Amino acid sequence: MQSMKHSIKHQKAGSLYATFERKGPGAKSSHYCPGCGHGTVHNLIAEAIDDLGIQDRVVFCSPVGCSVFAYYYLDVGNIQCAHGRAPAVASAIRRTHEEAIVISYQGDGDLAGIGLSQILHAANRGENITVLFINNAIYGMTGGQMAPTTILAQKTITTPAGRTAANEGFPLHMAELINTLQAPVFIERVSLGTAAKVMRARAAIRKALRYQTKKKGFSFVEILSPCPVNWKMTPVEARRWLENSLEPVFPPGNLRDLPNAAPAALGAPGAPGATGVSGATGAPRVPGVSGAPGEPATPGAAEPVISQKAATKSERDILEILGANSEPLPTGTVSLAEEQNVKIAGFGGQGVLSTGILLANCAIAEGLRTTWLPSYGAEMRGGTANASVNISHEAIGAPIVSQPNVLLALNLPSLDAFEETVRPGGHILVNSSLVPRQVRRGDLHAWYIPATDMANALGTVQIASVIMVTVYALISGAITIDTLRRVIPLSIKRKSLVDINLRAIDAGVAWHRQECCQDFGRPRLPHVSVAGGTAPGATSEEPPVASSQDPSA
Amino acid sequence: MDSQEKSYIEIDPARCKGCACCVVACPKDCIQIGSEINQMGYQFARFAVRQCIGCGLCFYTCPEFGAITVYTLPRKGE
Ligand code: SF4
Ligand code: SF4
Ligand code: SF4
Repeated sequence: MQSMKHSIKHQKAGSLYATFERKGPGAKSSHYCPGCGHGTVHNLIAEAIDDLGIQDRVVFCSPVGCSVFAYYYLDVGNIQCAHGRAPAVASAIRRTHEEAIVISYQGDGDLAGIGLSQILHAANRGENITVLFINNAIYGMTGGQMAPTTILAQKTITTPAGRTAANEGFPLHMAELINTLQAPVFIERVSLGTAAKVMRARAAIRKALRYQTKKKGFSFVEILSPCPVNWKMTPVEARRWLENSLEPVFPPGNLRDLPNAAPAALGAPGAPGATGVSGATGAPRVPGVSGAPGEPATPGAAEPVISQKAATKSERDILEILGANSEPLPTGTVSLAEEQNVKIAGFGGQGVLSTGILLANCAIAEGLRTTWLPSYGAEMRGGTANASVNISHEAIGAPIVSQPNVLLALNLPSLDAFEETVRPGGHILVNSSLVPRQVRRGDLHAWYIPATDMANALGTVQIASVIMVTVYALISGAITIDTLRRVIPLSIKRKSLVDINLRAIDAGVAWHRQECCQDFGRPRLPHVSVAGGTAPGATSEEPPVASSQDPSA
Repeated sequence: MDSQEKSYIEIDPARCKGCACCVVACPKDCIQIGSEINQMGYQFARFAVRQCIGCGLCFYTCPEFGAITVYTLPRKGE
């Protein structure tokens, strides 16, 4: 509690909404992954808007990328622009709304990839706008592909052996590129690597916006920002890598600052560049860039390699890949009472998608047919994600599961979203650690597993979904625990995590034994609600579908 | 909060994702990641050690919105 004498020194900026509806009514957290740089930059922008008193003048042009939903956070005018086109949209607003403070907020794929033309021309025209360029050296939203700013030797999912100059070219140095143009008045690169550097980023953003309010002209701030998820690091490790690996390639610092630039007037011949300062003269203010091919800009980067391994596939190989000429699958020991249409849903980062793959791989190991289909929002981690898994003896027509007979709800929004879609007689497995309510439907089986608490007790919350899948395996009999144990080491990249995942399976088995199996393997009723008939519209004639397998058999 | 402290921070568990960036940012090692889990499934940060100097570095580093609020006593004369 705030004592009477203390006063607030730093608090959430007034230019941010109180709550964020994208995450559900009243939600207070962003959709960004833990430790993502976007939130830090949004905070800096919002504070600057507050302090400059420009909230009702700002038009924020958000890009395509993880920050596509910036308009859920910043309580200013917002336009969500087509991919890469934010500087063009911003230019149009600039020219039609004299009092507007126009911010074009863009990521590296958006600005340096598809939108390279737009940014260069807007900068070259010297539009009186502020461009904030979030450079995290990777495509975030789409899952970690190489970006124009990916550094040499950096591994991405499209450069699994690391980017090479010979194959993919060199990383684009956007601040330096813009510094070759005459018109811009302010160009700076900053980093979010440490708290002290965040404060420098804060100063640069404020200066750029202040110049715009004084109609000085085009300002550009490149912000080196962590993407822990796609860099496959913890948020703290990511900041260290940013400092040690990104900053040497993209050195932070001011490239141009013309505080005395005359207010930009459309078509005025004496626009800032005419002062002849810096980049326009071709002075070598381009640290860290070496233009010569075969001379990597990163010290110690791997030598350029062009992969010669583009093996041509025979027609038969291709048919095999597509499964068109596959032999009948070996029949396993498992016999399904009915096709399993499983929906696994939770926050991104709860292992929803990978658990789906695990389940599907187990089904394959059982000799069953299966499909896996991921579905997630624009966010890699903070949002909701779900996976559809079908398991059947027959060929499966469509991979999508719109009416599951099994729902694994790892969080409350997932239960809210999918409870109504479950077929009568189906099963809902609820992660009761994070879901504070009961299943409302009375015409199906509900299981309440404190999976996150159990996982936390084992040492990491990440394995909650494995516990849930273990319980599902026991309830449904669709896959055996033995198979689960054999498949899990194959599906985990970090071998150090195999052990804890195996312990998650043990925990799931123990929970199931204790909670459900005391009565010769039959579910004990107190933990299972069957055909309570309380749900509106529930057909009470529907016979309750008991779990037909003997789980402990 | 003890009003003897010159400065302190509050961390809102409902907004924190436990990224630990504030833990690293704090020059006085005031912040720790706790063992409790919030509704989003994250182990959230806690203001644990009362040596806060009100520098605001945790606040500016935090990627969430309003997860951290920094309080301080007004300077003498204010
Ligand atoms: S993938 Fe996650 S960490 Fe990376 S930029 Fe997007 S929201 Fe941020
Ligand atoms: S205000 Fe400064 S000293 Fe206080 S907790 Fe935050 S970083 Fe630490
Ligand atoms: S930086 Fe913010 S989100 Fe991360 S642990 Fe600290 S308070 Fe929580």
